[in-house]
Amino acid sequence: MIYNEPSPLEVKVLTKRFLLENSASIDTYLATDGYKAFLKAREMTPDAIIAEVKISNLRGRGGAGFPTGMKWSFVPKNSPKPTYIVVNADESEPGTCKDRLLMENDPHQLLEGMLIAGLATNAHAGYIYIRGEYRYLIDIMDKAIAEAYAKGWLGNNIQDTGFDFECYTQTGAGAYECGEESALLESLEGKRGIPRIRPPFPAVAGAWQSPTVLNNVETFCAIPPIILDGGQKFADLGTPRNGGTKLVCISGHVNKPGVYELPLGFNLLRMINEVAGGMRGGKKLKAVIPGGSSCPLLKAEECDLPMDYDSLAKAKSMLGSGGLVIMDEDTDMVKAALRIMKFYAHESCGWCIPCREGTTWLKKMLTRFDEGRGQSSDINLIGELAKNMLGRTFCPLGDAAALPTISIVEKFREEFEAKLVVAAGSYSDENRFVQIA
Amino acid sequence: MADPVNLSIDGRAVQAPAGTLLIDAAKTAGIEIPAFCYYEGLSLQAACRMCLVEIEKTPKLQASCTIPVGEGMIVRTDSPIVAAARKSMLEFLLANHPLDCPVCDKGGECELQDMVFRYGAGESRFTENKLHVDEKQWSPVVFFDAPRCILCYRCVRICNEGMGVGALGIVNRGVISEIAPNEGDHLNCDECGACIDICPVGALTSGTYRYQTRPWEMNHVGTICTHCSNGCKTTLGVRNDKIIRGNNRDRSGVNGEFLCIKGRYAFDFTENPERLQSPLMRINGKLEPVSWSRALLTVAQKFAEVKNRGGKFGVIGSNRTTNEENYYLQKFARQGLGTQNLDHHRSGDLTTLLDAISGKMAALATVSDLYKTKASLVIGADLAEQQPLLAFQLRANFRHHASHTYTVTNGPVRERKYAIASIVANPGEELKAVETLRDRLAKESELVILFGDAIKGDAVRKLVAFGDSLGIPVKYVCLVDYSNSRGAVDMGLVPGLLPGYRAAATSGLATHEMLAAPDLDVLWVVGANPLKNAKLALANAFVVVHEMFLTETAERADIVFPAASAYEKEGTVTNVTGEVQRLKKALKVMGTKSDLEIFGLIAKEMHLDLGPARHDAIFDEMRKTIRGYNVPLPVIATGGAAQTSPVNGRVPVESRPDLIQSARDTLFTSGSLGRYSKMLNSVLEHPAGLYESGVNTP
Amino acid sequence: MTFSPELEAKFAKMVTIYPAGRQRSALIPLLLYAQDEVGALTQEVIDEIARRLGITPLQVDEVIGYYSMLHKKPQGKYHVQVCTNISCLLTGGEELYHHAARKLGLGHKQTAADGVFSLEEVECIGACSWAPAVQINYDFHHHVTPEKLDQLLDGLRKVQ
Repeated sequence: MIYNEPSPLEVKVLTKRFLLENSASIDTYLATDGYKAFLKAREMTPDAIIAEVKISNLRGRGGAGFPTGMKWSFVPKNSPKPTYIVVNADESEPGTCKDRLLMENDPHQLLEGMLIAGLATNAHAGYIYIRGEYRYLIDIMDKAIAEAYAKGWLGNNIQDTGFDFECYTQTGAGAYECGEESALLESLEGKRGIPRIRPPFPAVAGAWQSPTVLNNVETFCAIPPIILDGGQKFADLGTPRNGGTKLVCISGHVNKPGVYELPLGFNLLRMINEVAGGMRGGKKLKAVIPGGSSCPLLKAEECDLPMDYDSLAKAKSMLGSGGLVIMDEDTDMVKAALRIMKFYAHESCGWCIPCREGTTWLKKMLTRFDEGRGQSSDINLIGELAKNMLGRTFCPLGDAAALPTISIVEKFREEFEAKLVVAAGSYSDENRFVQIA
Repeated sequence: MADPVNLSIDGRAVQAPAGTLLIDAAKTAGIEIPAFCYYEGLSLQAACRMCLVEIEKTPKLQASCTIPVGEGMIVRTDSPIVAAARKSMLEFLLANHPLDCPVCDKGGECELQDMVFRYGAGESRFTENKLHVDEKQWSPVVFFDAPRCILCYRCVRICNEGMGVGALGIVNRGVISEIAPNEGDHLNCDECGACIDICPVGALTSGTYRYQTRPWEMNHVGTICTHCSNGCKTTLGVRNDKIIRGNNRDRSGVNGEFLCIKGRYAFDFTENPERLQSPLMRINGKLEPVSWSRALLTVAQKFAEVKNRGGKFGVIGSNRTTNEENYYLQKFARQGLGTQNLDHHRSGDLTTLLDAISGKMAALATVSDLYKTKASLVIGADLAEQQPLLAFQLRANFRHHASHTYTVTNGPVRERKYAIASIVANPGEELKAVETLRDRLAKESELVILFGDAIKGDAVRKLVAFGDSLGIPVKYVCLVDYSNSRGAVDMGLVPGLLPGYRAAATSGLATHEMLAAPDLDVLWVVGANPLKNAKLALANAFVVVHEMFLTETAERADIVFPAASAYEKEGTVTNVTGEVQRLKKALKVMGTKSDLEIFGLIAKEMHLDLGPARHDAIFDEMRKTIRGYNVPLPVIATGGAAQTSPVNGRVPVESRPDLIQSARDTLFTSGSLGRYSKMLNSVLEHPAGLYESGVNTP
Repeated sequence: MTFSPELEAKFAKMVTIYPAGRQRSALIPLLLYAQDEVGALTQEVIDEIARRLGITPLQVDEVIGYYSMLHKKPQGKYHVQVCTNISCLLTGGEELYHHAARKLGLGHKQTAADGVFSLEEVECIGACSWAPAVQINYDFHHHVTPEKLDQLLDGLRKVQ
């Protein structure tokens, strides 16, 4: 099921079956080239598969944008330990709701992507780690897995190719941090989702200390089309070094919020105006979070740019998970900053000092601003504390909390100034300690 | 050995073995990198972020506690950006930390306080409400004040990894993450207090010490724990002749920082209200306090009278008194009183072991061998309960070197958690079970065998023969009970054995024979309680007892001398592995005298010439006359341990295995001393269940 | 203790899907499914799962405290979760939450005395493009307005 009208501007590669009847069933899948990529990959060497993925310029769709082919090539060959495929379906980045659709509407595409990754890295078991809130997707994936076993696309000697692959789902239980790959592995092993010290990286010592290929749902879903139609075709859809299409999740103050599949490099303003039907109520654009709440915000005047990994990096932001949050002129940026920080304070695992203490401190300060009890010196302090977290935390969650905050304070400082206590006697630097105590 | 790695830290050329962590390489080069969570020997965390350093060509600051040194690495720990990062971490830490150092129990020895002093963040910019959680008491020993906790996870790791108990964990998430005990609202554990000592701040505090003093008001006296035979160094914090705490934070001694509940907290027997502080004399059938001079004179006269008429003496020594006292006592008995009736409570068959390994070099293991050996075999002992330091060493050896431990015991033991093979054998069938391990043991490159009193007499010889037949280097530890059990045998507190295992011309009565003798005139008991479970046959025998408390034996005495404890005297003791260490006097308890002083005073009254009753003079004599005790003086004087090899030849006396019996004390008992330690008796729950549950499950 | 035959069958399969000796990996699914059936992670459930997986109850407790969906106290028959994260905030999520709070007479993480409803302000549930979103137990509701929420809650109360 899809929850918004598609756009005619979409280039449907990963979502091409979404509108088919019974799109999630294996029969539909098999009738529309399903599992053909697997059979093709079975005829290729592991190196050739990885080479094809490299040619496609596919980059990790979870948020970091690391080249997928390269990640796969780090998996040691002839490891004495088994290799595992793990799917990160812990979609939790605020602004992001795409993996849901990929699993709901085309679960077999994901399974086929895992199978091909298994061929490429000599792995024979895969785990799909799905966030706990997505219980209905666990049911859908379990059903798809059962169908695949029944029809011989999973299990021993798949379609007489001599290749074995077992596949399982695993539920999370409410923790954003488990979207971080090493924390996900801890969670998969039945522990608190505390990230691991790296190196070693999961490719070498991942699930149960075995070599592990760990990618986002969308990344795995891109594999069958890449193998079937060639990496070059996929690469050509995007811009140089940014291959293929990307599912973008447009939310906020637009007329047609929704999930759309667009080629990488698609212009951001066109996305807002042409794909998402323009600003709601004819309001003016104020700011955009381009890739989920961990990314620095773009002001309206910074938004005329191609949406791909490199262009956004150049604009000092990130494509992230493709969650675009569109904010109009009436948006209270202090409130937005507070809400984002509240999220990270809630989700901080508490392992390291700067993230644990920094997010909570900032949440408390931003709450004061939101309530009109800001002090002028606090504006700089917010930025300073965020910068003191940046790059110094144990895992990227600290950066994720710091980056949007720094950008909001820098780009919308006047909104913080507007929330200062100005009335003499009501609240001043002299009596703040008394009042707060 | 791989080539050392060359790198530069703060412009200094540094060389370190490959694999060394940057933080350690810097420390070796004399450059301090601050850290809370990094702790040598425990698993890595990278959580506190205090140790961030700049590494050239790396965009972000890196945690030096998890980065190994790299060839050509250029590291800066003194740059403004590193200084700013450290300061900001401290600022974050102090945000929710109470700023009440003046009344905090840790003030003056708090790592957080020291770090802030050195690295800044003295000014507080945090003006929000601090989180508050009430303090909790988790056990008689352990209190936890969550707001002070900085979540360095040292306590969790020392409990799980170091002690093998796993009684502490982390609950909740984010800023409300909290250390939690295994029973929800309280702890069921060894109560060793390692978590408290390892805590860098005032979050974990001890029931015995908290809010009693400031650290700088105490004298710190490094001496040897008087409880079990392991010989742990404990540093007693003493103020006004009162011991307030025990710890070993300077990691000196054979135990490093290890201590069990006894070494840390069971010093309180010294101030038990029942402590004897005056000599007692039986007057009209009742024990009444008398002066020292009257008591001494009475004893001297009685001894002289009995000696002169050729009467029968029985002398029972202690396994907690010093080597010097034991040496002097046997000399007193043999030369001064002319008796060979001399014994003590024997808990392990050391004599047969020494005889069986006659002619072999280096067949006795040290405490540090247990940390280094590739393999060990524990027979008939619940090591974690009875020999806690030895168990700690084996556990650390497994953790750090993946050493192989085999156990053959009568029931489940904690070592089973990591042992490569564990056999439960019926009493008496231990050697049969050991035999089944032959092939596996023979494949090891070396082995240390630790055995308890299940193996004695012929069984010891068979065990050594088994060790010989493996064709690999084998060392042995004969497990004994108390702080100077080993020294008591070495010093000849045994019928027929002189100091250093030389045969006496004639033998004498053993303890039970003395008690049963129909013609015993005098029974002299020094620091022992033989009448706890036995009766003295002769109603009119004159009984002299040196004791701290009115034990069953003291109650039967005609004269009781109030004795000083090991914490109140100087001298040396020899631990289970034959390592000699020095006691240092930590306090004086009014009215008491050391056993040695009492011996000297009796000798003086009797006009006996037994040499000066001074510990240093006797130690000197021991060094000259007892093989193996010629240990290097500087090592002993500086608080070190020197292993003795008291004999290397046949021991010409039968060991009487029938008289060897361990008291099987647990972590929470300690013979007579344990009965008078309120702290030991306040710990009600017993952690036996921890053996079976899933600590350390991956 | 034992769970329903269906859950027991699920558990029996679950502990087999991990490498040998790694059955602890089943902990989080076991907890979540047991909670769904029992209503809360009672001490009895904790001890039972610890026993089955060969870990200590403390190790189970550590995990429960970490995951926001796991709870030791029972929630309402209908657990109403209103997202107020950024995309929902921009489209009225906060107002929706306050509306729900007023209507149910409940605050954050409170359960009604009759046990029918409980309320929670939750973090992003992955329905951003169809915000504001509400999840009741495991069911998603998109583009929720106060009126739509009223209908939903009233309907559930009637079913009840």
